Amino acid sequence: MRTLNLVKRYGATTALAGLTMTVQRGEIFGFLGPNGAGKTTAVKLLVGLTRPTAGEAWVLGAPIGDRETRRRVGYLPELFRYQDWLSAREVLRLHCRLAGIPRQRHDAEIAHALETVGLAQRADSRVGTFSKGMQQRLGLGVALLGQPDLIFLDEPTSALDPVGRADVRQIVRGLKERGATVFLNSHLLSEVEQVCDRVAVVDKGRVITEGSIAEVIGGSNAVRLRIPDASAGVRAALARYGPLTSEGDWHTVNNVNEAQIPALVADVVSLGGQVYAVEPRHDTLEDRFLQLLREPSQEREEMWQSGEVTR
Amino acid sequence: MPVLTIAQLTLREMLRRRVVLAAFALTLLVFALTAWGFQKLPDLPCGGQPCSPTVLRTVAAVFTILLMFMFSFIIALGAAFLAAPAICSDIDSGIVLAMLPRPIRRLDVVVGKWLALAALIAVYTLIVCAVEFGITHIFLDYLPPNPPLAALFIAWEGIVLLTFALAASTRLGPIACGIIGVVLFGVAWVLGVAQQIGLVFENQTVVNIGAIASLILPTDGLWRGALYALEPAALLAAGGATARAQVGNPFMIGGPPTTPFLIWAALWVVAVLGLAVYSFQRRDL
Repeated sequence: MRTLNLVKRYGATTALAGLTMTVQRGEIFGFLGPNGAGKTTAVKLLVGLTRPTAGEAWVLGAPIGDRETRRRVGYLPELFRYQDWLSAREVLRLHCRLAGIPRQRHDAEIAHALETVGLAQRADSRVGTFSKGMQQRLGLGVALLGQPDLIFLDEPTSALDPVGRADVRQIVRGLKERGATVFLNSHLLSEVEQVCDRVAVVDKGRVITEGSIAEVIGGSNAVRLRIPDASAGVRAALARYGPLTSEGDWHTVNNVNEAQIPALVADVVSLGGQVYAVEPRHDTLEDRFLQLLREPSQEREEMWQSGEVTR
Repeated sequence: MPVLTIAQLTLREMLRRRVVLAAFALTLLVFALTAWGFQKLPDLPCGGQPCSPTVLRTVAAVFTILLMFMFSFIIALGAAFLAAPAICSDIDSGIVLAMLPRPIRRLDVVVGKWLALAALIAVYTLIVCAVEFGITHIFLDYLPPNPPLAALFIAWEGIVLLTFALAASTRLGPIACGIIGVVLFGVAWVLGVAQQIGLVFENQTVVNIGAIASLILPTDGLWRGALYALEPAALLAAGGATARAQVGNPFMIGGPPTTPFLIWAALWVVAVLGLAVYSFQRRDL
């Protein structure tokens, strides 16, 4: 899937301001951003619910909106509802028909979807009696019908409890094993970090960084040490490894490679420092996400110019 | 075919939500009332004597026209209120967000819903006309001159309002669509009457306003088609001695609708349905 300078304006409001990104086949791609960043707009454009104001995009090699390609795409919208007067099984059957799945495969597809999302026991209950979490499970089941090659999941776990979230992670991993591409739009960065191969962070309608989780988080690891009564020499030694911040007995050395930690501790000990605790600290995706969003846009523009950040 | 899937889904929704059940339960009550009334009618005295068959048939003709006017009103407004939420409610609730990314066209959704609702209106009209005409035939030995044509015009009138409300539903909310449909239906009817009065008093401006109204929303013209199929020559002779009296009476018409008008009314449905499809296709969801 590829987008090239995708722009969407609603009157004076710009929802997408030149979105450019690429998602490879078979990867789980996390699409992150704050509220109003344009994530849902981007997904709606990609599934053909909305037309772009400018720019181009291709899904499974075809221009967005292509009807034949949509047979191979599954989609769980963020804000949706199914016909509350139908049962879960009837909703799935309806979508089997709409997806053009051959009739003889309907029962097997429906049974598989119900089993996968854990709704087999409630298959014949009316959707109107379902909790939000169950509706989200049903939505996921609908998105999985017909074994699509590409699945868009827009906030798939927003109404789910921790068990449901773990189930979704399992389902997403299962999709990857089958070779499907998953486009995961989520606010839950810890979830994204656990399942995604690559991510893009979008803000104000454009991608501010894109890459593997490790690339996006970068090498900004730190180590935190407890050294009571650290001498000036010990502090100077620590500072040689990276920017140092001290607070009482605790000293944090930033931008330290994990492999450097034994040497750092050895230096402290050789200078007479007494090390009571060593806590390597990695930046999480959330740390990096917040950092990216707090960077002034001018600074970000300069980073783009210098190639430090991928657009 | 996706269009038939959507049509089937729409019909199933009407049945499951008990819309059809409620409509038929109330209609059965009206059938029972009219059967009771028409069965009593021959016993009523006409100046101390039993009414002659001619008088009874004239009374039956008048009542049949009034009944059918009532049903045409119910069918047209029912059509407007069924179609008003058809698209916009599915957009607001997010139902279409899950359906439209499937390999279907927006045309399938609009035309599928239209087919289902139009079929519902046609079947309901057919049943109402068959039962009511059957009742007058059994109890008063009276049948209007052209019952199938009357049923056709009444169903057509309902389908016109259904199409209008469906088109509006691609852009407006359900309440707005329903209200606009009802108001336009009322205005079209009044302007249709005004057009007939304009003809009596030879006021070309009023006639033109009425004619334009019937082109914008041809419901009243179609009702007049039904009226022509319902009124026997005897009623015309008894009720309207002159052509001037006939054209001034909203429940009496001197001649059938013109062929150009009928062609226009058919094209109107096709064009407005096409507009509904275009409007929905252009809408960002």
